[in-house]
Amino acid sequence: MSKRGITLYMHVHQPFRVREYSVFDTSSDHNYFVDPDNQSNRSNEKILNKVADKSYRPMNALLEKLLNKHPEFKVSLSITGTFIEQAEQWAPDVLDSFKRLVATGQVEIVAETYYHSLAFFYSRTEFERQVEAHKAKIRELFGVETSVFRNTELAYNNDLAKWADDYGFKGILAEGWDPILDWRSPNFVYKPEGTENIALLLKNYRLSDDLAFRFSNRSWQEWPLTVDKYNQWLEASIQDQPLINLFMDYETFGEHQWEDTGIFDFFEEFVGRWLEDSNNTFYTASEAIAANEPAGTISMPQTVTWADSERDLTAWVGNSMQHEAMKHIYSLEDDIIRTKDEALIADWRKLQTSDHAYYMCTKWFTDGDVHAYFSPYDSPYDAFLYYINAVRDVRWRLHETHRTGGLSG
Amino acid sequence: MLGWELPPHNSGGLGVACYYLSKALALNGADIDFVVPYSAKHDDIEFMKVHSATQLSPLHKFGMGAYDSNFLLEETGHDELGELKTIRDVQYRYNNFVEELVDGKQFDAIHAHDWLTMEAGMRAKELTKAPLIVHVHATEFDRAGGNRGNPIVHEIEYQGLMMADRILAVSAITKDIIVEKYGIPADKIEVVHNAIDVDSLNDGYEYDNRTYRYLEGLKDEGYTIISAITRFTIQKGLANLVRAVAKASEKYDRFALLLAGDGEQRDELIRLAADLGISDKIFFTGFVRGKQWRDAYSVSDVFVLSSISEPFGLTALEAAHHDNALIVTNQSGVGEVLNSIFRYDFWDTERLADQLVGIATSPALKDSLRINVTREYAKLSWNDVANKCMSQYVKAAPLKAVFA
Repeated sequence: MSKRGITLYMHVHQPFRVREYSVFDTSSDHNYFVDPDNQSNRSNEKILNKVADKSYRPMNALLEKLLNKHPEFKVSLSITGTFIEQAEQWAPDVLDSFKRLVATGQVEIVAETYYHSLAFFYSRTEFERQVEAHKAKIRELFGVETSVFRNTELAYNNDLAKWADDYGFKGILAEGWDPILDWRSPNFVYKPEGTENIALLLKNYRLSDDLAFRFSNRSWQEWPLTVDKYNQWLEASIQDQPLINLFMDYETFGEHQWEDTGIFDFFEEFVGRWLEDSNNTFYTASEAIAANEPAGTISMPQTVTWADSERDLTAWVGNSMQHEAMKHIYSLEDDIIRTKDEALIADWRKLQTSDHAYYMCTKWFTDGDVHAYFSPYDSPYDAFLYYINAVRDVRWRLHETHRTGGLSG
Repeated sequence: MLGWELPPHNSGGLGVACYYLSKALALNGADIDFVVPYSAKHDDIEFMKVHSATQLSPLHKFGMGAYDSNFLLEETGHDELGELKTIRDVQYRYNNFVEELVDGKQFDAIHAHDWLTMEAGMRAKELTKAPLIVHVHATEFDRAGGNRGNPIVHEIEYQGLMMADRILAVSAITKDIIVEKYGIPADKIEVVHNAIDVDSLNDGYEYDNRTYRYLEGLKDEGYTIISAITRFTIQKGLANLVRAVAKASEKYDRFALLLAGDGEQRDELIRLAADLGISDKIFFTGFVRGKQWRDAYSVSDVFVLSSISEPFGLTALEAAHHDNALIVTNQSGVGEVLNSIFRYDFWDTERLADQLVGIATSPALKDSLRINVTREYAKLSWNDVANKCMSQYVKAAPLKAVFA
């Protein structure tokens, strides 16, 4: 019997936010992503530096310390291409610290789309190009190969699992959502419906979200969360079961939960406490799969994500503006790819990052809960306006420079 | 309740607000004596007693007194006016009438609307010892488009605000002006946003697409109709709207601008449109009422509230009711109660143009704005406004028992 393990997986991402790009910029200024005001909420450089100070630097220092101190401590990370590009430009030391983490041999890099896009749902060819681009970037930067896949927003369905299996991935990550699991526990390895060799790891969302969302919430009845309490919950959850998958945004540490909430101290103590019991360990995603046979088969014909109480994609493609935006960006694919214009292709892909569509979400905005609207823009309508102006400029460049495509969507 | 106008004898939003506020207060059990400065039948008003302070014919026949602070009344040729040549003259008569009306009577509160009735309010407070509630729908700063305006009006406002036991401001913007420009402590002021009476608009009205037939023809050709329905005064910022439409037309040529209303700026706007070469795109209707007024909202796709300083801006809610997408300046109070709208600073013609082009060229954006704002405006009810007023009356009431 192998040890009881925690698979800690964290997602590292920053999008290239679109500046307040107006219709008067369209067809004359092709800079979409650099805000002239470097103090603006849409300044990607400002935001990267802020999050680097609050989260990436202190958390990486803590992870490095813990990895050195506990040989059994393991971490899995997915790091988007858009994050890497920003860190290369504005915080190379952060990238170096990620390299040191990977060099310990205790950190696995998980594969995904380079641009953190929803391309799987719009274009299989473009999706595969972005997975390839991400693999290449990870290889170049860290010298490692990826073998476990996660899709943007953990958006998963049977088709995706089938694709990943055919592609050769050993494992894939998804949400451990109750309506899918029914009586089953997320604390096992499963086999996705209709696949041969790939294994499925499911997020234990309760224990994950205790840290990611609830940790600093003073109106939560369990606040303040102590390591004693959390460790009891872990023990109760894992009883007679092999593993607990804690999946969350990396920025949970220091950005979503600020340092003064005690999240870093909590995390350090939690890792030590878990490993005090000699039956316990941590797994990378690949190790969790290697150590456990699938307990059964899971089918998700409908797309399930790790977002919101609905666990669907409505925050990204739930309204007509989002549909229109996605339709316009993906309809350019063939013309864009044919140009072989690297700058144009890169800009087009940066506009595929799912965050852009998320900023256009109206489902909280309209019902009076404006505070739930997390965005660098004043409203979803502004987000759409600047985005669509940029898409038009991409179309303009195609038309003007490459004499291809029309100007109307 | 001291007011200056009630529908249908109103020239703008003040009368509408007074009417629905009083109606909702009456439904909440208030017994209201409402004073207007003219004589006219208000047959439909059964929920309160309307008193006429003078024998003058209704206000709209002698100018837009509630909004203009120029003292000379227009059209004073009627014999019945006698010596009443200016708004000041009318106010003196109004004040005297109120003195006689309240003398020897008991009231729980004196509720006065804007500078026109503040003097009467102060006098009534003196005579009855009842608390004075001053309800600010607009200040002289708003009417003067951000300038200081008429010093006498300003002085009356200052006194009225000082003497008031509680002040009701129709928006946070107005509250800020009262604090900053008049030096009134913020804790004396309560923000009470206006509402809209949706029932009154659901009166069997059906859009008649023949009223603005030419505009309908343009719509068939893919034009987007932008509208502003307002008085043409500097406060309303219409010159910037015209400039923005000219800018937007550089990027997308299928725009038409419907300017419904009238006012001192009309000729200037006509000239400006010609200078910018967009005369052909702008449609002036003159002052509209009734069906023409409703149909102006209905024919329009996008309603712009371009005001330089707008305490509230009820027209935006009316436009929302008629399925318009809304663009509202950051200097307009109505923006405080709506989310699903575009906003811009009144001087930022480029941003407004960008928003107009965005709406005109994206059906999804236009429909999202139109549909989502309808969920918001309908939640604003005069009953909630009346409840807030009631609680302010209680708050302002003098202590019944005093230690001796």
